[in-house]
Amino acid sequence: MPDFLLEIGCEEIPARMIFDASLELEKRILDLLKSNRLQPTGEIAKTETPRRLSLFARGLPESQPDTQQQLTGPAVKVAYKDGQPTAAAQAFARKAGIDVEKLEKITTPKGEYLAATVTNKGKLARDVLAELLPKEIVALHWPKNMYWRAGKPERFVRPVRWMVALLDGEVIPLEFGGIKAGNESRGHRILGPALAKVSAPSAYIEAMRGAHVIASPDEREQRIRKALDAATRTVPGARWREDAELLKVVVNLTEWPSAILGSFDPQFLSLPEEVLVTVMRDHQKYFAVEGASKKLAPHFLAVLNTDGDPAGLIRHGNERVLRARFNDARFFWDTDQKTPLRDRVEMLKAVTFHKDLGSYADKSERMGNLAERLCQMLVNSHPKINVNAVQQAAWLAKTDLTTELVKEFTELQGIIGGLYAKAQGLTEMISDAIYDQYKPTSMDSSAPRTLEGALLSIADKADSIAGMFALGMVPSGSKDPFALRRQANGIVKTIAEKKFLLNLATLFRDAIDTYEGSEAWKKFTFRGQAYLNQVQAFFRERLEFYLRDVLGIAYDVVNATLAADSNDVVDAAARASAVAKVRPSADFEAISTSFKRMKNILRQAAESKKRVAEPPPNLSILKQQEEITLHGLIRGIAREVKVLSASRRYEQALVKISKLRSPIDAFFDKVMVMVEDEELRAQRLGLLQTLVDEFSSIADFSEIVTEKK
Amino acid sequence: MANSSALTFQELILRLQTFWAERGCVLQQPYDVEVGAGTMAPETFLRVLGPNPYRVAYVQPSRRPADGRYGDNPNRLYKHLQLQVILKPPPENVQELYLESLKAIGIDLRQHDIKFEEDNWEAPTLGAWGIGWQVMLDGLEITQFTYFQQCGGIDLDPISAELTYGLERITAFLQDADSIYDIVWVRDAETGREVKYREVRYQDELQFSVYNFEVADVGQAWKHLELYESECQKLIGQFNALSGSKTVSEDEWKRFPLLPAFDLCLKCSHLFNILDARGAISVTERVGVIARIRQLAVGLAKAFQAQQSAPPKAETRVGAQVPSPAGGGR
Repeated sequence: MPDFLLEIGCEEIPARMIFDASLELEKRILDLLKSNRLQPTGEIAKTETPRRLSLFARGLPESQPDTQQQLTGPAVKVAYKDGQPTAAAQAFARKAGIDVEKLEKITTPKGEYLAATVTNKGKLARDVLAELLPKEIVALHWPKNMYWRAGKPERFVRPVRWMVALLDGEVIPLEFGGIKAGNESRGHRILGPALAKVSAPSAYIEAMRGAHVIASPDEREQRIRKALDAATRTVPGARWREDAELLKVVVNLTEWPSAILGSFDPQFLSLPEEVLVTVMRDHQKYFAVEGASKKLAPHFLAVLNTDGDPAGLIRHGNERVLRARFNDARFFWDTDQKTPLRDRVEMLKAVTFHKDLGSYADKSERMGNLAERLCQMLVNSHPKINVNAVQQAAWLAKTDLTTELVKEFTELQGIIGGLYAKAQGLTEMISDAIYDQYKPTSMDSSAPRTLEGALLSIADKADSIAGMFALGMVPSGSKDPFALRRQANGIVKTIAEKKFLLNLATLFRDAIDTYEGSEAWKKFTFRGQAYLNQVQAFFRERLEFYLRDVLGIAYDVVNATLAADSNDVVDAAARASAVAKVRPSADFEAISTSFKRMKNILRQAAESKKRVAEPPPNLSILKQQEEITLHGLIRGIAREVKVLSASRRYEQALVKISKLRSPIDAFFDKVMVMVEDEELRAQRLGLLQTLVDEFSSIADFSEIVTEKK
Repeated sequence: MANSSALTFQELILRLQTFWAERGCVLQQPYDVEVGAGTMAPETFLRVLGPNPYRVAYVQPSRRPADGRYGDNPNRLYKHLQLQVILKPPPENVQELYLESLKAIGIDLRQHDIKFEEDNWEAPTLGAWGIGWQVMLDGLEITQFTYFQQCGGIDLDPISAELTYGLERITAFLQDADSIYDIVWVRDAETGREVKYREVRYQDELQFSVYNFEVADVGQAWKHLELYESECQKLIGQFNALSGSKTVSEDEWKRFPLLPAFDLCLKCSHLFNILDARGAISVTERVGVIARIRQLAVGLAKAFQAQQSAPPKAETRVGAQVPSPAGGGR
């Protein structure tokens, strides 16, 4: 059984795309082998570098197994005349390619028919692969791809320049992008050799190593880690800062990695660490080095795509570049300080936030107004919030967009503002709020540290979401150009962590109100309830995501909880957690089943237009013991549940509700709801309606998925 | 500090020009209308359109008023020089050719670290974009390498490869100079006397920074912009009318002055940049002005592409089965 290898050789693939593409290629090829009955019997190994995606599979069948197929022919009664095969039988035998004597007879529901068993010869693996692999290659998904050949016959991430496709020592004759596959790969661009022959698939990894290419990304990572360790050891007490994301990038930028340690003038350490690290990490792809005290040390580590730097030229070059970058940063820092943030407020009028939503000056003003309203809402639960500080912070929050440093390092927006605010003598409360305004940037990253920062962050995000939704720019599918989902996640996370009693509906009503009278207001296509419905549906999804993926609550519990209400994040989280806790109990399970039943009955009643009596029930009509008992319990338990719910003791409230289990079970055992007697039926439906109404405010129990149907 | 055996600024230019000339490139001279990037010069913007193969290399001063720093910043310039190479269509070994060009300027790749890192290029005002890399040499971006996909809103076929070398940066790297102003422009072989970049360019940087940031008359600049724009629009309109007419002669078609119209468009773009540096373009205006210039660039690209083919004759327009031959003029 031959081994299989495919290597697609390409001009440098963007680092961010390599891993996903390699994974997809592996899946595509395995699916293809499987669906074509060419499943490998041994291991499968994918590897990838910036210039190649490769897949190895051990033990492919030489060819597809032969298959047998039964063909049905004419009915026996027309196939023979006087015991001799007729023309119909002869024709069928010819079609099936067998002698007429070898035809069989089969019995079908329609009677006796002629049949023939034919053998389909399996195709050679190499022919199947030569035909089908190019289709899988062209179908690979790339976030951005390109044409390169005249006539533009195909697109790929970058031009394909060679291909290796082998079954053992034999080349699979496939072609893609004008390139015929062969058995010659290419070596490292500089270290070479230019061409590297691959004698057999199993020799691929070593053949590549011989050509200065480490095909396996895991091996490259190990090598980089070791090289970073070794380079760092030259500085006593120093460590390199672990950075998983950066590591992934450099693994995918190199074929033969090594590392060097470089240094910079310690006087640059007077610049904020955030700035230094951003320059090193985001712009130069350097790892930062810290000393024993975890403080930044005046060194950096660069990962190279070559075997070393014996003459020190590479280190020298990188140091030179970093020095220029740091000099720039210092120049910007000093220049920016000449115009304090407060003098930049006016400049925001010339910075567009969004073409229909005005400038950042407009946005800042709205944020200030919205933050003030938020403070008022929270004054009881969080009396310590400093309204003044929040407003000051909102007023200055966006001014750093006019600074040279932020223009140069856009990813430091907010952070730079916070640092400048501090340097310019504003209180820590204000500068921290500004610093944290874009937090949290994901569900994994932290929310703003202070209450003031949290309010500023919510006001900023809510303002954007409100404006965009009112313009009809609702995210859909993969379309979310303003990252509104991420911003909404940020709001949910911040509210939950700070335990803010903020009603989302109120928040977004206020947020849209702050636009009133502006130019933007005239352009809004959604206002009032239509706008609010969209925002609420959007936030319900975000809340679902938060409860499920962050708090780890089961999806049906999340649905049940949010069906009751999805405007209060903190409350929803408390209710969901409580429901999740009591859910395993037998009583709760039974209650959920009963609520489903009640809802079904009420729905059917509504569909057939049956009357449901308004509470209170008429006790002269209800007379069966079970219904009277149930009715008697409802009010008391409902009151207890209300009291407990008011102080968010939801778990205890749910235990109380569970006490209704036996009376409800007894009711359903003994009492028939849909009776003929119209009045009695209305009263009984009324009783069920009351139960559903009274006990669905924590969660809609009918949404809970139960064992039994 | 400086490496005295390294190439001077002008030697670098000469070597690169020679390298590409030997590979069949037309050596063009810098375009003499202000452009923000070598891409905007007609030798790129117009040549990448249409089917005709072309190879060209030229130095292009690239003017970006907002990048001026009064000659104070060691790494930033209002006007820097790019060496622009267009290979249409790109040969299969285009990356290898590029690496060879580095050897030609004295870079021993075995001693350095070179990486091709994703960097796609886009110029919304030109309706142009491409896919490519920034080429990093020991952590320094030395070249932008782009496979053009669209220009003037037109999908390109064939694709062109564009190489843009940052000449000051590369020289500073070669000479190990910390400031662009310290790089040696020329060294007298006999006396060893050096002329530094500062001597040649400093005054230029200082005075244009003053002009662009402080002095340029905003009202006048707007007027100039509008004048150039309206003439450019007028010409595009006239050409479009011509292409709608059934009786246009070959001669009338070929002599229509689209190239001067393109100069007018470049003027608009440069004036926009000055106004921008002056802080004279408000939020609402900005988007609008960019759209206006884009409209000129896109209109011109379409017109220019059409002009490369035969004029729209009545019979070919009706018959239309036989595409008119792509003629580059007689």
